[in-house]
Amino acid sequence: MLTIDNLHAEIDGKPILNGLSLTVQAGEVHAIMGPNGAGKSTLAYVLGGRPGYEVTQGSVTFAGQDLLALEPHERAAAGLFLGFQYPVEIPGVSNVQFLREALNAQRRSRGEEPLSGGEFLRLAREKAALLNLDMEMLKRHVNVGFSGGEKKRAEMVQMGILDPRFAILDETDSGLDIDALRVVGEGINAIMRAPAKGVLLITHYQRLLDYVRPDYVHILSGGRIVRSGGADLARRLEAEGYDAVMEQAA
Amino acid sequence: MSESVILPTRRDEAWRYSDTDAVAGMDLGRFDHWDDVDVPAGETVRRCVVIADAGEPSDTTELRRLRVRVADGGRCELFVVVSSGRLGRVEVVAMLGDGAHLELGGVTIGGRDTTREIVSRVAHEKPNGTSNQVVRAVHWGRGTGNFLGRIDVASGAQKTDAAQSFRGLILERGASVNAVPQLEIFADDVKCAHGATVGQLDEQARFYMAARGLPPEVARRLLVQAFVADAFVALDDADDRERLMRVVLGKLDRHL
Ligand SMILES: Nc1ncnc2c1ncn2[C@@H]1O[C@H](COP(=O)(O)OP(=O)(O)O)[C@@H](O)[C@H]1O
Ligand SMILES: [Mg+2]
Repeated sequence: MLTIDNLHAEIDGKPILNGLSLTVQAGEVHAIMGPNGAGKSTLAYVLGGRPGYEVTQGSVTFAGQDLLALEPHERAAAGLFLGFQYPVEIPGVSNVQFLREALNAQRRSRGEEPLSGGEFLRLAREKAALLNLDMEMLKRHVNVGFSGGEKKRAEMVQMGILDPRFAILDETDSGLDIDALRVVGEGINAIMRAPAKGVLLITHYQRLLDYVRPDYVHILSGGRIVRSGGADLARRLEAEGYDAVMEQAA
Repeated sequence: MSESVILPTRRDEAWRYSDTDAVAGMDLGRFDHWDDVDVPAGETVRRCVVIADAGEPSDTTELRRLRVRVADGGRCELFVVVSSGRLGRVEVVAMLGDGAHLELGGVTIGGRDTTREIVSRVAHEKPNGTSNQVVRAVHWGRGTGNFLGRIDVASGAQKTDAAQSFRGLILERGASVNAVPQLEIFADDVKCAHGATVGQLDEQARFYMAARGLPPEVARRLLVQAFVADAFVALDDADDRERLMRVVLGKLDRHL
């Protein structure tokens, strides 16, 4: 459902992704691990279409479409969700207003009826409960004054409401305590574990993968995938460290 | 036409950034017209002053001048939107009595070659007076937004508390905003706080919103709405608040 082929990308003329290839089939969860600065967030942003992240070579096909030809909001409407490593604060705009506008913009672009205020609130309440987030938080401004963990859970509430086909989750586990990690892991499974959906899970740690079991694990280093394997690869990384595992790859 | 009218030039402090050519073209009889707002002791008076067009951009000069007198313990609340005219200008001259309060919330908005401005002069003549001015400016094209806010605190006006906040939002390169605070303080036990910032839409917020599926113009509308809302927080009437916001967002929708 997502095919990345020989992707090269740069920021300010500096090459960050250097020939990255990866295919995710429907129904699969792929984990991407790698040291700091490897290019994990850059991959997420490039797939999301962030301005300033310039693709210089390669292609990305998503559900049969040329993903790179779409504007960022069109990618979202096509079913792509980007969970941010650092969710952005938007003072003055409430979560409810933001998400309702976002959901209805997506629905309109797919030719679906917008949800009424009541319908939207019911949906939001259900997803907030799923992620154990107080509904009152959703009445506050987007991410303003949220703790690190609250921001990450709010991201997953957003994902639940928008119900994407494909999610790229950039270190959604960082900043979570053990209990929140379980809630978020189970939330990801509830929202995204489906035959027609796919997930790219960017993480540093094995611990999230205990809840969301990946079908494949890839190690990203120097802007490309240097090693791929099954769930056991993540466990070996945890036990032996990147250097040891990558040495064996070389 | 009155012979005694002397037209302003940009050498006049209060017209420094204005479009004085636009004034030359206006009906001079109107130039010297002042609306009086008199607030009796202990009472509250609220006025919404909106300079808006009916939908078509106009090249007129729109000048509204208010002379406000707030008697002891009175409260005057002014909410202003300047969204029309080649030159749109609201002037407020306020004289505050003992313990009186002036609240001024204003928005200037526009593009093309327009100048939209709010010019205030608040005179704290007696002790214990308070004033709070919140002005937000949103401009694009080659539009200009100005806020000239002068605060006079007379020598006997101890315990005066006067605050001024200005923020400008430039939506396109080529637009400009100017903020000129002017404080003339002749009392020593006084609080005067003023701040002015100018910026652009937050790129990170725009991408975040796009990543959730909001088209750029919808995201921009939400961000502008959040930005100008500060000017209307003190407006207690939800209908009025919505009406003013509709004027602002309507202008944004039509002329971007
Ligand atoms: N905005 C930017 N401008 C310049 N370089 C950047 C920018 N963002 C990231 N980089 C660089 O790109 C590389 C990859 O960063 P990133 O994708 O954030 O890594 P990761 O998420 O794997 O830790 C790093 O060397 C980083 O310094
Ligand atoms: Mg990162």
